[in-house]
Amino acid sequence: MERDIAMTTQPATRRAAQSHIEAVRLESPFHPRFAALSQQNDWYSWAGYKAPHSLWDEEMEYFAIRSQTAVFDISPMVKYRIEGPGAEAFCNRLTLRNVAKLKPGKVQYTAWCDDEGHVLDDGTLFRLSASRFRLCCQERHLPWLLDSAIGFDVTVREETEEVAGLAVQGPTSCAVLKDAGLAGVETMKPFDIRVFPFGAGEVTVSRTGFTGDLGYELFIDAASALPLWDHLFAAGKLRGIRAIGYTALNRARIETGFIVANADFVTAEHAVRADRVRMPDEIGLDWMVDLDKPYFNGRRAIERARREGTLKHVLVGLEIEGNVPAEHAIVYHRKTKEAGLVTAAIWSPTGKRNIAIASLERPYGTRIVDDLWVEIYALRELRYQKLMKRAKIVERPFVKLARRTLTPPGDF
Amino acid sequence: MKTWDAIVIGAGHNGLVNACYLQRAGLDVLVVEKNDWIGGAATSRELTPGWLYSNCSYVCSLFRPEIMRDLELPRFGLQVIPYEGGAVFTQDGDYLASYRDHDAHRREFARWSPRDAEAYERYARDVTRQCRFIQPLLMRTAPDPASLRPRDLGELLYLGRKFGELTPSEMALTLRFWTMSISDFLDEYFETPVIKANLALSGIIGTALGPMSPGTAYVLLHHYMGEVDGSVGAWGYARGGMGAVTKALADSFVASGGTIRTGAGVDHVAVKNGRATGVVLASGEEISGKLVISNADVKRTFLKLVEEKELPEPFLRRVRNFKIRGSSGKVNIALDSMPEFPALPKDSPCLKGDMHFTDTVERMERGYDDWKEGRFSRDPFLDMVLPTTLDPTMAPAGKHFMSCFVQYAPPKIDGRDWTDADRDAFAETVISQIADYSPGFRDRIVHMEVRTPREIEAEVGLTEGNIFQGELTFDQLLFNRPVPGYAQYRSPVGGLYMCGSSTHPGGGVMGAPGRNAAAEILRDLKRPNRQMSDAHDVI
Ligand SMILES: Cc1cc2nc3c(=O)[nH]c(=O)nc-3n(C[C@H](O)[C@H](O)[C@H](O)COP(=O)(O)OP(=O)(O)OC[C@H]3O[C@@H](n4cnc5c(N)ncnc54)[C@H](O)[C@@H]3O)c2cc1C
Repeated sequence: MERDIAMTTQPATRRAAQSHIEAVRLESPFHPRFAALSQQNDWYSWAGYKAPHSLWDEEMEYFAIRSQTAVFDISPMVKYRIEGPGAEAFCNRLTLRNVAKLKPGKVQYTAWCDDEGHVLDDGTLFRLSASRFRLCCQERHLPWLLDSAIGFDVTVREETEEVAGLAVQGPTSCAVLKDAGLAGVETMKPFDIRVFPFGAGEVTVSRTGFTGDLGYELFIDAASALPLWDHLFAAGKLRGIRAIGYTALNRARIETGFIVANADFVTAEHAVRADRVRMPDEIGLDWMVDLDKPYFNGRRAIERARREGTLKHVLVGLEIEGNVPAEHAIVYHRKTKEAGLVTAAIWSPTGKRNIAIASLERPYGTRIVDDLWVEIYALRELRYQKLMKRAKIVERPFVKLARRTLTPPGDF
Repeated sequence: MKTWDAIVIGAGHNGLVNACYLQRAGLDVLVVEKNDWIGGAATSRELTPGWLYSNCSYVCSLFRPEIMRDLELPRFGLQVIPYEGGAVFTQDGDYLASYRDHDAHRREFARWSPRDAEAYERYARDVTRQCRFIQPLLMRTAPDPASLRPRDLGELLYLGRKFGELTPSEMALTLRFWTMSISDFLDEYFETPVIKANLALSGIIGTALGPMSPGTAYVLLHHYMGEVDGSVGAWGYARGGMGAVTKALADSFVASGGTIRTGAGVDHVAVKNGRATGVVLASGEEISGKLVISNADVKRTFLKLVEEKELPEPFLRRVRNFKIRGSSGKVNIALDSMPEFPALPKDSPCLKGDMHFTDTVERMERGYDDWKEGRFSRDPFLDMVLPTTLDPTMAPAGKHFMSCFVQYAPPKIDGRDWTDADRDAFAETVISQIADYSPGFRDRIVHMEVRTPREIEAEVGLTEGNIFQGELTFDQLLFNRPVPGYAQYRSPVGGLYMCGSSTHPGGGVMGAPGRNAAAEILRDLKRPNRQMSDAHDVI
């Protein structure tokens, strides 16, 4: 089957877009509301969007996630629409998990690889209908997706700017959505997708999130973003709804043990140093690899690496003695031999322990799991206090909350 | 008569770099330059009152920061300011901009093609990987593969090991990179003609090849290997024009006790018993030196400055066959006000960088077709900059200096020499191209200098006007530059060395040939070389 994979724009469209340079940082459809709430004015660039690190107090923003309802803007997340009779077969070929098992109205957390089995990205695959999918991720993959689509009856389109997204997370989030009129939202199970009417249009809700808490993600037409926000915040007033920035979210995600592309692993199309790439088994995603399904990109390489034992790294969760976060610390075996690197670390306010995600070089983390240490350089008043602390490999998630999966959720 | 420890022929930037290192190592060095000014192809000249022209090279990136530091060039006034943007104007009234911000750059590409916008990441990764492979080779003498000396074997091993460290797919890419045409290479990543045209230009600059000729992908790499303060691939303006580079070098040289004589063209190198003993100037003056180092290109050096009988036949033959075809010219313009480009938004950062009007690779290739037929391109490719948008020192306030690098221009027109009428017609192709995009452009012109390969050869001494002192094709790189067996800056004549861009790693205002040559000379003299720091690590 021949399909045109060219993407060249029309002259009128591209001329209209010339003015993009006048605002180097894009503003998300929700930006006016965030700007109004921001007391810190602490913005960073997330994929070219102006995004808040923190709005009023990162500590309190974190507790909004764990005790009330926290609203985080996920509009900058890169989104692709994959559509057509061949969409299922295409996604199945593209990603590691079995998409045939992904029913319409369900979401899969998944990852995809190049032909050498190196992870291109991880993300969420939404099956919006039998023949329509949305892939949400951190990095950009249009050429990869378009080229992979050759031979499949499917179209792929980037729709990041068209679709606004909000993560609504926390123990009262279900109650807030109910109060907002999303009838029956409490019957949604984790990874369910449901479409609710909103205004003249609709809002797509999934029971997903990056916090390990009870939570939902809402997707809506960019044009309806602000009405949705206003409606939610009015409904959530009594339930303590609050907007949050990335710092708070990042704490919650580390507690959950989730990984972030180009922070906890380097994506294959960005690695300038060819040896920095990772296979799924090297970043804790081995469980995704479904060898019972038909051929998918990277399969042969992954199977070979497993067979020949050439996997080099492994991703582990660590609990570290003491309370000093070990961010980017070197991990040692017997305090002397380098075994790897901490990619993310915090003191967990909910778990009350000092946790870290680390990338270790096998056999450390696989065969050799004892006698691991981290060397923490704690800068205190112009002096590094060097701490050698014992690290223990522990299960992820570090924090497991029953309310994350309970259906129907309690009315906390 | 005084005998100098070393005489450097030519005060081009490589001659000066070489002289600086030798002087700092304790030698008594004389530089003799035929022109009344210094700098060779890196010079700033006040050709009309109030305006400084970078009249050959005009932008800086390749110049090695290790050399800037070793020779204390910032102390002697060298400052490099990066471009703020860039643009290719398209024939339909639009443009493709280059922006420094990563996401703005992507959105600009996405204006043309969302696919190409996202393909740029993969392209940038691949080009960066190749640059990282080659960069460490710039500041090392290329090994002689026929030699069994431990150092050559060591260097060969180093090369082999570096290659061996590549993954199989990187090795494949490396070999392809060194042999492909830039057009074919870009086709593997991009679909939009203007995006390909924009990226292809680095593959043809200064090269007598078209974008569809094999070998041009490597030329692109050569232009990406530079940096501005660690920002690899970035280009910038030397404050005060490219002459600021050579002025800082000259001042550094003189401060360390060196001597420069301008207006002192060398007629020939004096050779006795197969050894260079000094130089004889055009005036007849003889200057004696224990070593002679030529900054002139390899053809000029061995076909004009050394008697044939002093050279072995195979060497001479290879020098004659060295490809050094001229392919470009230059139009330098003084403007009494800032030109307008209505296609661009007002105050666009694009004005503060490189601008082009060739919006397809095919148009570039047509320009090359003219060159092959012995004519200058009727529709030339311009690399146009207005350094005065970022450097206030080159023109009076409110006025501007514009530099247009023009391709293609053959060394001879239909096999005969250029005439003044040809030169004027050549300039007109440039001015009319600019005027098409900039109304009222002609009226702003205060003064103009037009340089065809004829002027470049006559004045700078670059044979055929080739800007790199010899083409950067793979057959003329590494241990084959300039000729096999003589890629280590030495020559068949004892005590006669080469240090110009004809030698490894080649042309551009880079300084590496001059530095590497100094290292070899000091090695031959068994003198310590403490002033020269190692190449920066590529980590
Ligand atoms: C028009 C043009 C534009 C360019 N643009 C750029 C650019 O933007 N950026 C960039 O990085 N590179 C650019 N280049 C290339 C770069 O300028 C050259 O490759 C580099 O300057 C060459 O330096 P060199 O020291 O090796 O030799 P040269 O600069 O050629 O120096 C040789 C010197 O030797 C002198 N000489 C020759 N014969 C004799 C003799 N018999 N007696 C005494 N002296 C003699 C010459 O007068 C000259 O001063 C450009 C070149 C040209 C011509």
